[in-house]
Amino acid sequence: MEYTEKHVLAVKELLYKMADDQLILGHRNSEWTGLGPILEEDIAFSSMAQDKIGQAHALYQILHELGEGEPDTVAFMRNAEQFHSCHLVEIPIGEYDFSLIRHFLFDKAEQIRFELLGNSSFEPLAQVARKFRGEIKYHVMHADSWVKLLGKGNEESHGRMQEALNQAFPMALGIFEEGPYEEALQEAAIFEGEKHLRALWLEAIKPVLQAAHLAIPGDVDDAGAFGGRYGKHTEYLQPLLDEMTEVFRIDPAAEW
Amino acid sequence: MIIQSLDPRVNRSKIDREKEFQPLEQLDQFETYEVFHQKKRGTQHQHVGIVHAPNHELAMMFAKEQYSRRGQCVNLWVVKTSDVYVTDYDDADIFETTPEKKHRDPESYKVMDRIQAYKERQNA
Repeated sequence: MEYTEKHVLAVKELLYKMADDQLILGHRNSEWTGLGPILEEDIAFSSMAQDKIGQAHALYQILHELGEGEPDTVAFMRNAEQFHSCHLVEIPIGEYDFSLIRHFLFDKAEQIRFELLGNSSFEPLAQVARKFRGEIKYHVMHADSWVKLLGKGNEESHGRMQEALNQAFPMALGIFEEGPYEEALQEAAIFEGEKHLRALWLEAIKPVLQAAHLAIPGDVDDAGAFGGRYGKHTEYLQPLLDEMTEVFRIDPAAEW
Repeated sequence: MIIQSLDPRVNRSKIDREKEFQPLEQLDQFETYEVFHQKKRGTQHQHVGIVHAPNHELAMMFAKEQYSRRGQCVNLWVVKTSDVYVTDYDDADIFETTPEKKHRDPESYKVMDRIQAYKERQNA
């Protein structure tokens, strides 16, 4: 079907939130570079953080083709309230248990989102979704391996992972905050929508958590998880942006 | 404006340098796994290095990032270093051979490998 103006807005909104999530989480995860628990994990985690920024770049590039600014400008010249990232990705890295659980919860959602988008009627996005399939599969394998190992490890590792899950799980629900164009996205077969994604995600994390002897917290207070898609952010986003863009802003016109 | 950084790489500049740090005990580390990678289906796996890891699954994850990232790879093997049965360097004389038996050394294989690699480069 022909896209109307509303469909284009819907695609842009979808692209912005995906790209912003990946850019912010990619930056956050890169904060472990040089500090990872062991050299091998440091390299793997840093490399995945770079992958995320690469994926964000590809999505900003599609936005640029739809008339938005250059990827660098879009990534580095906006203030917090112009970002569409969810609160989960903004929170500081914390201890490694928290970073691993966030990596697990976010990347699983991302994997399913990209799988769905592989069949999107919006071909540029479908192509990008298919292109990163292998990369994201590895990220999920990595996350699953750690979660299972540490969840079943010893009392301390289990306790830490469960505690991290209790903290991260309510925030992760913010990934699926519905945007203003859910219907338009479904109507034009661009994307099945956040509700659908959330249901698939819940089913996908369960068996891994079960194998890890970890329990999804009951009685979830997710009040703090929402608002990101509409420009309302945690206090942690602006300092991250100030730091991330510090060099770029010295001379935005510089050729790198 | 001075930013109150949340980045631990910035924060750690404030680490108390007077404090004594205890290095890890030598054995308080993950064991090592030998990594073999295969460039193309049907070719031999080649030893490329080691990784420290808590189990086979994560050894594979680490091997993927460290040894397959800079070149073509279709398959990986990881083997616990402790599972590799090795000869003793004291017994290295078992490999010695007398000069008159040189005709039995299958050295032409090495030449074939080089010829094969040359052909592949020409076709690439």
